[in-house]
Amino acid sequence: MSDNTTGTNTAAATSTAETGDTSVHSMDGTSLGDVTGVEGHRPAPGGKATSVPLLGRDAEPAIFEMSSPGRHAHSFRTTQVPEWSAEELVPAGHLRPEPLALTEVSERDLVAHVTRLTHRQYSVDLGAYPLGSCTMKYNPKLCDDAAALPGLIGAHPAAPASCTQGWMELLCDLSDALCEVTGMHAVTLQPPAGAAGELTGLLLMRAYHAAQGSTRTKVIIPDSAHGTNPASVTLGGYQTVTVPSDERGLVDLDALRARLDTDVAGIMLTNPNTLGLFEEDIAEIAAAVHEVGGLLYYDGANLNAILGVTRPGDMGFDIVHMNLHKTFAVPHGGGGPGAGPVAVSQRLAEYLPGPLPQREEDGSFTWRTPEQSIGRVHTWHGNSLALARAWSYILANGGDGLRRVAEGAVLNANWLRHALRGTYDLPYDRPNMHEFVASTTSLKKGKGLRALDVGKRLLEEGFHAPTVYFPLIVDEALMIEPTETESPQTLAALADALIDIAADEEGAWKAAPRTTPVGRVDEARAARTLIPTWDALDGQP
Amino acid sequence: MNVPEDLRYTSDHEWARLEDGKLRIGITEYAQDALGDVVFVQLPEVGASVGSGDSFSEVESTKSVSDVYAPVAGTVVEVNTELNDAPQRLNEDPYGEGWICILQLEDESVYSSLLDAEAYRKLIEA
Repeated sequence: MSDNTTGTNTAAATSTAETGDTSVHSMDGTSLGDVTGVEGHRPAPGGKATSVPLLGRDAEPAIFEMSSPGRHAHSFRTTQVPEWSAEELVPAGHLRPEPLALTEVSERDLVAHVTRLTHRQYSVDLGAYPLGSCTMKYNPKLCDDAAALPGLIGAHPAAPASCTQGWMELLCDLSDALCEVTGMHAVTLQPPAGAAGELTGLLLMRAYHAAQGSTRTKVIIPDSAHGTNPASVTLGGYQTVTVPSDERGLVDLDALRARLDTDVAGIMLTNPNTLGLFEEDIAEIAAAVHEVGGLLYYDGANLNAILGVTRPGDMGFDIVHMNLHKTFAVPHGGGGPGAGPVAVSQRLAEYLPGPLPQREEDGSFTWRTPEQSIGRVHTWHGNSLALARAWSYILANGGDGLRRVAEGAVLNANWLRHALRGTYDLPYDRPNMHEFVASTTSLKKGKGLRALDVGKRLLEEGFHAPTVYFPLIVDEALMIEPTETESPQTLAALADALIDIAADEEGAWKAAPRTTPVGRVDEARAARTLIPTWDALDGQP
Repeated sequence: MNVPEDLRYTSDHEWARLEDGKLRIGITEYAQDALGDVVFVQLPEVGASVGSGDSFSEVESTKSVSDVYAPVAGTVVEVNTELNDAPQRLNEDPYGEGWICILQLEDESVYSSLLDAEAYRKLIEA
């Protein structure tokens, strides 16, 4: 697995060490080809997907259009398997008066349809996916194997603890590791995703303040924050107070102090923030927030940048959520399942959702629900197989390997920022962490090239688009996160592609993407005229 | 970038036109260009009373959702309901058919405290 995850970091790190500073002096745009593995031989970039074959010229029909009355995706040809009618098996009171209007397709057509859809998608298994803030890194197949172990998938969550000691040990070990990585005291594994973790964290914040007899109403959030932060604050029953960023791209400390009073329940921070910059004043921020009795919430979306290097707990944070589907090899996107555990400092541990797996002195495992628990935030024990994947990833990397993950992620992002300097605007051109934000402001003024166009053109070059127009404080933002799993050759190919796009003749990008199964879509029309379901399409242009 | 001389402006990129003690409000050409394709406008409610600087409307584009702030205090007396079906008017005609609402002013003299065309032009060229 280390070949798949941290091996490429090593290659990047080694070349930097040997040549003095490849990441700086190969940045003039002409010497990008210097990232050779062996003298005279430049390996092809493994993360460039322009070779994907495209057979068809037609749109894939919706599954409903393939429906044919009486067809089934499962049937036995042999007459030796007896058939029963629904009436024979189900009590009359539970039967529908009319059969459900299901799509009727054969197994063969269903599999072909889904497989064709799969081939029309871009994915991390296909090539580089520099979607900033999302940490779309390659997930080792070893973790698939681990999460598919029969002993794990065969257990029922309602089975008594005496029958699931192995599972509980896994959850306990994972809990311990996540506390160690974040520098926290205790953790709940229940929240199924990052935003669910945020809400859980805010409910913990509320429970803590309520227990102190305090009715605080405000939560502070930087203007560079993820959009989920203010949404979670509102859902948690608090009001959002925005604190601006200063010219460094960091929290404006004076502005923060001016907003702090005893009505502030806490602050939500991402560190590094969405500009990919480390909040250097975090110790002062933590002291100031704690001084008025507020709590610090760590949005763990960018945890990949600091693994094994520094810890939210050491920075003064009280509540930390982790996106295991970003940092710890759980697949990201496509509706999950994800995992967003929330770790807390000692003073908040008694409010955690339960039940929590607990290690007894005799080595056995039990379930315990904290006395002042805020209650469940998900069924059973969270998305447990996603948790098993994360544990396998942690085991396979070890503490030293996790540190190399962060080092590789930071090195790759800095290399790429240097490579794009002079081509794209870099509004915060200083050492970044795992991602950075470029801008097409000058290119837009010069010839009309917008961030959106760059994203569409990059698809033609065999890469997924970066995040565009976020964070909101950067005009024409391109938020780029290459992750640690891309090789120096892939990074160079990505940089070449971005530099080529910037050199496009005016308007050449308008029809992009021209090589994908679906070309440029009319996003404005799609948003103005919502057609949410296939049957609502009837009569629409 | 079109900045009509007969309008007043705010640093948040709204324009205002005085019409018989009432103020017609919209977003500027610069604002619509920065937002990109507008897909939805959350109009204020007729009768709502707003303070100067209050967020009283939202404009959603394919890029983001942005607040629209009241340039001065007043009461909403009319809104451009045409925008419900055709939010793209903010892009096509920001100073004309893309107007958002009309405020009844509490104090007409505050109009002259808003930025004039020259000052606003300087702001967006800075």
